[in-house]
Amino acid sequence: MRRAKGIAWYTVLIGLSLIFLAPLVWMLLTSVKTPGEATRVPPTLLPLEPTTGAYGTLFQAGSQTPVLRWFLNSMLAAGGQALLVLIVASTAAYPLARMRFRGRNLFFGMIVATLFVPIFTLIIPNFLIIDRLGWLDTLWALIVPGAASAFGVFFLRQFFESLPRELEEAAVLEGANSWQVFTRVILPLSKPALATLGLISFLTNWNDFIWPIYVLFSPESFTLPPGLGILQGAYTINYPVVMAGAAVASIPALLLFVVAQRYIIEGVSRSGLKG
Amino acid sequence: MTLLQERARTAETGQRRGIRRNGSLTPYLFLLPYSLLFGTFMLVPAVYGLWISLHDWDYLLPGKPFVGLDNYRALFDPGSAVYEYFWQSMSATGVFTVASVPLLLTVPLAVALLLNRSFPGRTFFRAVYFAPYVLGVAVIGVLWRFVLDPNLGAVNALLGTNTPWTTDLPWAWVSLVGVTVWWTLGFNAVIYLAGLQDIPRELYEAARIDGGGRWAEFRHVTLPGLRPVLLFVVINTVLQAANMFGQSYLITQGAPGVETRTAIMYIAQTGLRDFKMGSAAAMSYLLTLALLAVSLIIFRVFRSRED
Repeated sequence: MRRAKGIAWYTVLIGLSLIFLAPLVWMLLTSVKTPGEATRVPPTLLPLEPTTGAYGTLFQAGSQTPVLRWFLNSMLAAGGQALLVLIVASTAAYPLARMRFRGRNLFFGMIVATLFVPIFTLIIPNFLIIDRLGWLDTLWALIVPGAASAFGVFFLRQFFESLPRELEEAAVLEGANSWQVFTRVILPLSKPALATLGLISFLTNWNDFIWPIYVLFSPESFTLPPGLGILQGAYTINYPVVMAGAAVASIPALLLFVVAQRYIIEGVSRSGLKG
Repeated sequence: MTLLQERARTAETGQRRGIRRNGSLTPYLFLLPYSLLFGTFMLVPAVYGLWISLHDWDYLLPGKPFVGLDNYRALFDPGSAVYEYFWQSMSATGVFTVASVPLLLTVPLAVALLLNRSFPGRTFFRAVYFAPYVLGVAVIGVLWRFVLDPNLGAVNALLGTNTPWTTDLPWAWVSLVGVTVWWTLGFNAVIYLAGLQDIPRELYEAARIDGGGRWAEFRHVTLPGLRPVLLFVVINTVLQAANMFGQSYLITQGAPGVETRTAIMYIAQTGLRDFKMGSAAAMSYLLTLALLAVSLIIFRVFRSRED
């Protein structure tokens, strides 16, 4: 009886898994089919003549859709923003967690309020600000403005507050100043939280779609998400190429998730509990 | 509610000990880099946007005459050029929000309850259900556009139907809601799961001794126990749904006509493709106000339940 129950249990779990994974597997399978086979009705499950032709087309030199370039741009933008977020969020979170000063509650209240304001409402004025800064059609437009999000400050402040104060007090007794306490005590103790925030920032930026499609114009400055929109338009019925593009955009994110699953899920669950 | 508790707690710990009363510049220096970004890309645009919305602000034209509240008035004037499309897009956003939010609140809860016990492979399954969420809307969009293609897609082939999933109503909405649930379910599920694990076991044991059955246990222990995370989940889910953009942009492209074109899509189109920025800014302020009102109502509902 218990065994039958166990089997039913795992049947449900595995059935659900199929729903989540099948479309992703389908994307990978389609990317190694020929264009003709990909649109065959009824479709074939496994490719009859597996080919990497679609990937060849994607990475062809001098193409209208420089996917390799988009990939590098995505890496630079996502990596750059993650780094920037770590720097500005940790330096801002530290005094908010540990110091008393005039305006502290006002400042904190203000940034928390922005968590409830949908960021897209600022898209028009931010476009004009980026234009004034001369950043339209450059990666700066993707790296810098997003780092103003309050999420990182909020998240790290929460973590810093949970740290025991004894080590800091000891460091102060030994004559360390605030900066030294921050860099030698707080930051080393916060490695897991910093890793989580870095990963979440990287993934958010890696996946960003709405902002890049409006602030980037030339094919060479695109990142992968707006690039996929271009691929969809350029290879309307050549689905293997579009799916190969989607795979190129997915694989780094999925790999990161497999390697650092614990950090990412932890970060998400914490954002809910404390949000 | 959690925010208020949080603030109260902060105030308490602040007074307790360890925090140095810092009259110096130090805290402000630490805050400086972030404040610069926050000011430039949050505060300035919030005010600047308001300024833009009071002008006939065409990006491509040199003159940007002040027009007062005309851009706002046009949104409420049935005779204006923007009236019909704007409210069409607002209603599309409304339809999507109303149709998707109940599912995005309940399905992840069911999944979280399924995972809320210890069994071999639990972490694995949790990761699998979360996996689509780590992918961006661009990947999800082009993938489902293909899978749902009425003529060539795998879904129709599998079901033996020729449903117009991406090109006709109500199927386009079914697709957009379904894809969104599939894509983002893991996010709420993980938050629920963390909430479930914070519920003390003794409460369940007590409920069992009272002999209430599974449903009573769910109503009197599980749901109240989830209250700390529920407010965040509800507000966040509503805001996310109201900001829907990529799915419509890539999967239905607004199809059949402009019926599935959401408010964000129309605002972006007006402001950043047609460059009618004054009008688009006015629209986004109206949308923001509407969303703030909705958030406040949700806040109120939660607070009154608590008393």
